[in-house]
Amino acid sequence: MSKWKHKHLMDLQDTTRDDIELILETARSFKEVSSREIKKVPALRGKTVAMLFAEPSTRTRVSFELAAKRLSADTLAIQAAASSLVKGETLLDTALNIEAMNVDLVVVRHGASGAPQILANGTSMSIVNAGDGCRAHPTQALLDIFTIKEKFGSLEGVKVTIVGDILHSRVARSNIAGMIKMGAHVVVCGPSTLLPVGIEEMGVEATTDINKALKGADVVMALRMQKERQQDAFLPSIAEYVREFCITPERLKMANARALVMHPGPTNRGIEIAAEVADGPQSVILEQVTNGIAIRMAVLYLLLGRKT
Amino acid sequence: MALLIKNARIVNAAGEDKETKDILIDGGKIVQIAPQIDREGATVVDAKGKKVLPGFIDLHVHLREPGREDKETIESGSRSAVKGGFTSIFCMPNTTPAIDTAQTVQYILDQARKVGLVNVYPVGAITKNRAGVEITEMMDLKRAGCLGVSDDGRGLMNSGLMRRALEYAKMAGLLVMQHCEDDNLSAKGMMNEGALSTLLGLKGDPFIAETVIIARDIEIARYLGTRVHFMHISSARSVDLIRRARAEGVKVTCEATPHHFTLTEEVVKSFDTSTKVNPPLRTRADVDAIKAGLKDGTIDCIATDHAPHTHEDKEVEYDGAPPGLIGLETAFALALKELVAGGVLTLPQLVDKMSASPARVMGLENKGDIAVGKDADLAIVDLGCEWKVTKEDTVSKSKNSPFMGWALKGRVTTTVCGGKLVYTDARAS
Repeated sequence: MSKWKHKHLMDLQDTTRDDIELILETARSFKEVSSREIKKVPALRGKTVAMLFAEPSTRTRVSFELAAKRLSADTLAIQAAASSLVKGETLLDTALNIEAMNVDLVVVRHGASGAPQILANGTSMSIVNAGDGCRAHPTQALLDIFTIKEKFGSLEGVKVTIVGDILHSRVARSNIAGMIKMGAHVVVCGPSTLLPVGIEEMGVEATTDINKALKGADVVMALRMQKERQQDAFLPSIAEYVREFCITPERLKMANARALVMHPGPTNRGIEIAAEVADGPQSVILEQVTNGIAIRMAVLYLLLGRKT
Repeated sequence: MALLIKNARIVNAAGEDKETKDILIDGGKIVQIAPQIDREGATVVDAKGKKVLPGFIDLHVHLREPGREDKETIESGSRSAVKGGFTSIFCMPNTTPAIDTAQTVQYILDQARKVGLVNVYPVGAITKNRAGVEITEMMDLKRAGCLGVSDDGRGLMNSGLMRRALEYAKMAGLLVMQHCEDDNLSAKGMMNEGALSTLLGLKGDPFIAETVIIARDIEIARYLGTRVHFMHISSARSVDLIRRARAEGVKVTCEATPHHFTLTEEVVKSFDTSTKVNPPLRTRADVDAIKAGLKDGTIDCIATDHAPHTHEDKEVEYDGAPPGLIGLETAFALALKELVAGGVLTLPQLVDKMSASPARVMGLENKGDIAVGKDADLAIVDLGCEWKVTKEDTVSKSKNSPFMGWALKGRVTTTVCGGKLVYTDARAS
């Protein structure tokens, strides 16, 4: 097992398989902490973690916050303006102010791709990307990988099918990058307008044929379909999307019998995934949420806990 | 007062002189070129060991005045120009107010005259306030001093209006300079659309946003028999379309920028907002095609699209940053590196792209060539001078350049405009 050498977690493009294994291994040991009666270890006592969220997000922020608290770190949440241009204060300025309060690590969520890079370049704090634009959401991908590995023991040769709005999905991008490194075969499927140009160059198979995509899949991941896509002319209607791509019980039958059903949440039941599937026996959606805390504890611990 | 350039190794588009000569300048004109000239009382500039080129002519500059004097002024832009060896610059009308009336043209000409460093040619707007709805009073713009019109920053989307603009501009004797972009296709893209934009999660601007306008305008210009000039072309397919149109005799001309023949989209990976430009930086194949187009004559001119932006405007997320980069002070050295050292053009051919050809495109008969009777606009260059691009060395008010920190070779040491010494490199004196 390699040693952790990174200051930031930006995305999984520049993370090695060894790094990912180390995070998963660390998360495994932290998962147990959350099941104790006293859900706390002193690993990050005296450290301060700030949540800088410039985009609405409940579950990711809460998950990071619980992770930090269970490691005994102090936390604070900062609601930043969605765009620096609106507020007059730049993202970097906000970050420098946080740094001046001797914060050790910033968890950042931002609508613009590359925004966490500004913080990493301009401050000396550790930065964790909690989702930037359409680019990356590394902890989501790590918790997805963790969940699959827990069930199957390995991702080697596992067929993962991601269905939905691939074009706008940072979850898809990070999962593609991470899962391929872990040996999975990744298939992305969605309407042709929502499959981004050149996606195959990331090493995936891209298809608009939902039957082909689901056939033999070991993991079926549905992505959130946003209603705005209709206004932006990517889709004629949500109804047509549902007819063609919604993960229904019938469609799920095309996948392997023990295939896992996943979703990064929040789900639009009846749009990208049928309620029976989201709540069905193959669904691990809530386990993803539970595992998210362990993954985020591992990330915070590796970035902060081993410095001192 | 007379100016005498001694030991001048003259390089024109037609070729480089084998021997050095002296150039005598008086009344803003070149009056004599001979092996040995002496003139009592003349200011003498010794060009020994250097090359003397016709001053560069840039068809595409943003001076930001009036309206955004925090980014650049006519004065600071003029100083940036002469440092880069430019003696004539065409300033784009996307100012506030837009250059869409004779009064604004007059204002710019007055300011430029007061500064007195470089010939400034205001480019008028094609449509009022660049809104793409009604054409401007082009006859009046022409009388005020415009030679071309453009809605730069925006393409003229309405095909019917483009037809009328070409017809009317022809009557007015103005060249229509098109910013080739279909906004519905570029769709607020941040960088070239492709595997890299997908990887970086940045909205893509596909090259077809450029080529559909070029293809359309070629058809309209061909139908009407008018000229049209395509600005800052960036894609291989654009070069192909223009090459074919020219072979068929359609009267199209075009320009390409140093950043589009030097950089690829790869530099966007840094999320450095000085790499954000419109049209976006594209692929290696596009860069190679731009070079091939310069070599075979499909691309007439090198223009900088010098687009100053303040630190504050650029120091934001990639999505929020305005597009554009400064280029006047690095254009010549980048062209030497990529085109001359790169084996694409000879030095005289580069002079054609930067001086003679832009003069031809805009009808500046007395510029772009060093000969008796021509305007005394000169750039004296030291091809061997090695220098580094730094903020301190940059005289433009803005410093948004992706070339910051680059080591370049070849520097302008002296610029003469209208027979006047307008720039002397501090390091040379």
